[in-house]
Amino acid sequence: MKPWRRRESDARTNPQSRLRTADIWPLAVLGLRGRPARAVLSAAGVALGVATMVAVLGISSSSRAQLVTEIDALGTNLLTVTPGQSFGGQSVTLPKSAPAMVARIGPVLGASAIGDVSANVYRSNYISPANTEAITIYAANTNLLSTLQGSISQGQFLNGATSHYPAVVLGAAAAAALGIDRADGSTVVWLGNQWFNVVGILQPLALAPELDRTALIGFPVAETVLHADGSPVQIYVRTNPTSVAAVQSVLAATADPAAPQDASVANPTDALTARADASAAFQSLFLALGAVALIVGGIGIANVMVIAVLERRGEIGLRRALGAERAHIGIQFVAEAALLAAIGGTSGSILGAAATATYATARHWHTVVSLPLLLAAIALALLVGATAGLYPALRASRLSPSEALRT
Amino acid sequence: MSALELDAVTKEHPGTPPVVALNSVTLTIGEGEMVAVVGPSGSGKSTLLAVAGTLERPTSGEVRIGGAAVQDLPDNKLSGVRSNQIGFVFQQYFLVPTMTTLDNVANGLLYRGIPAADRRRAAMDAIEAVGLRHRSNHRPGELSGGECQRVAIARAIVGQPTIILADEPTGSLDTATGQEILALLHELHDRDTTIVVVTHNREIADVMPRRISLRDGAIEQDSAAP
Repeated sequence: MKPWRRRESDARTNPQSRLRTADIWPLAVLGLRGRPARAVLSAAGVALGVATMVAVLGISSSSRAQLVTEIDALGTNLLTVTPGQSFGGQSVTLPKSAPAMVARIGPVLGASAIGDVSANVYRSNYISPANTEAITIYAANTNLLSTLQGSISQGQFLNGATSHYPAVVLGAAAAAALGIDRADGSTVVWLGNQWFNVVGILQPLALAPELDRTALIGFPVAETVLHADGSPVQIYVRTNPTSVAAVQSVLAATADPAAPQDASVANPTDALTARADASAAFQSLFLALGAVALIVGGIGIANVMVIAVLERRGEIGLRRALGAERAHIGIQFVAEAALLAAIGGTSGSILGAAATATYATARHWHTVVSLPLLLAAIALALLVGATAGLYPALRASRLSPSEALRT
Repeated sequence: MSALELDAVTKEHPGTPPVVALNSVTLTIGEGEMVAVVGPSGSGKSTLLAVAGTLERPTSGEVRIGGAAVQDLPDNKLSGVRSNQIGFVFQQYFLVPTMTTLDNVANGLLYRGIPAADRRRAAMDAIEAVGLRHRSNHRPGELSGGECQRVAIARAIVGQPTIILADEPTGSLDTATGQEILALLHELHDRDTTIVVVTHNREIADVMPRRISLRDGAIEQDSAAP
């Protein structure tokens, strides 16, 4: 055995306690390892809160990204012109020449109008006239579908020939409401007191969802058979993508030169994006729920740490005897609480990201979970944990060493 | 230079009337001395140890450790005195159950700001000094009571303190194991370590070079007194 001799050390001349930063985390880990089950349970509370928040934000950003992708695919260069209201409040109409005038604007690639038809459509002439299924009839130009970049699911869209005859193309929702799923020319509907052949059924129109519950017929047949006046109620305008703003600024004056203030111009993309943002406001409720869960998790950690301080009086006393300052004891307990919360925050982030991925995959969306979101979630959990640890740490550091040792 | 000096130290615990745990105790323990403090329960032994170890402040009087008065130092300076100059050994060992012998002993240097590798190196020396080299990687649950107390003693000496304060170090051990621990303390004493053992056990005190007996907070007898 080597001789054991005391040496004078430098520390003796200036006695001071010091806890290295590198030793703080091992201390925190040590404290949690003593009670692993309790650590897991109290971290689970924080994990739940963080997972909720990450999943809510992840799913909403995934859904928004999906919408933006869809809109971009359809093009953001579609504009609409509708008759507004006159100064007196009466509704006004656009001139019949408006679509042709608009189409002559340089960067306009295509313009297509729909017009009002005062008629209803029924599956057969035996249906009660009151049972309209809320389906609107419009007269439509033959280039409507290409202007909207929509697609047909059955049959074909109106063309130069079918526009003159009793032929109808049904929107997706209208076809479903009437119970029609075939457009091979064998199906007829009772429209404006006569039979119309169903020549086509549309896919849902992403940029013009207002047309999904309509039945579209040609302008010529609308005017001759159903006595429509042929004036447009809405003009869809597809422009050169680089000149959207320029076209938008001249559109009203071109459509209705006599009374440009009566024509209102809109970009349906804006409306769709605004709608997505509006639904995001709904998510704040779920976010608040997540925040409440996180706070409850934090209180759970505070609770567990207060119990730990009571149970570990001996350890606290020993550490004071070994030379720990009050602050060192406090730091140890804050670090333990923060570590608990960080474990909860990290597993909650992973859980939330996994929930987002599962949901997005099930809906065939791209999963959008941003790294800053995950880091912010972990940082938030860390903050909650450190705050929760403050009170227990204060209690631990205030224990008198000799009393703590008297366990 | 003396390792520990108490000069007219009085300690009262608040209450009505206040409890006088130490009543004007004056004593000097020189470097390299080995002293037993004995007395029945309630005689003030534990308070004496707490005051000498800077765990409690005296109500009045002066406490000098390694020649420097400590009774008026702020709390964090007292911590510094403990981490650098005092080694404690308790009846209950106070070992961390999830740590090995080596790490438990290295804990004795934790609040000195020494890097972990250096702490382990010093701990290994201390473990050898208490004869537990073969147990350095065992956890307290795998050790006998006597071995646990050896680990605690190694933790107390690892920082080479001015003085070791042992509070009933054999209190939880059977007689034979207690004798082994006493033999170890004697061995450390032979190598110049200053040791104060507080005990209520006369047999233990009787084998110490110097005995101080307390009664009602005052020194009743000091074998070194003229």
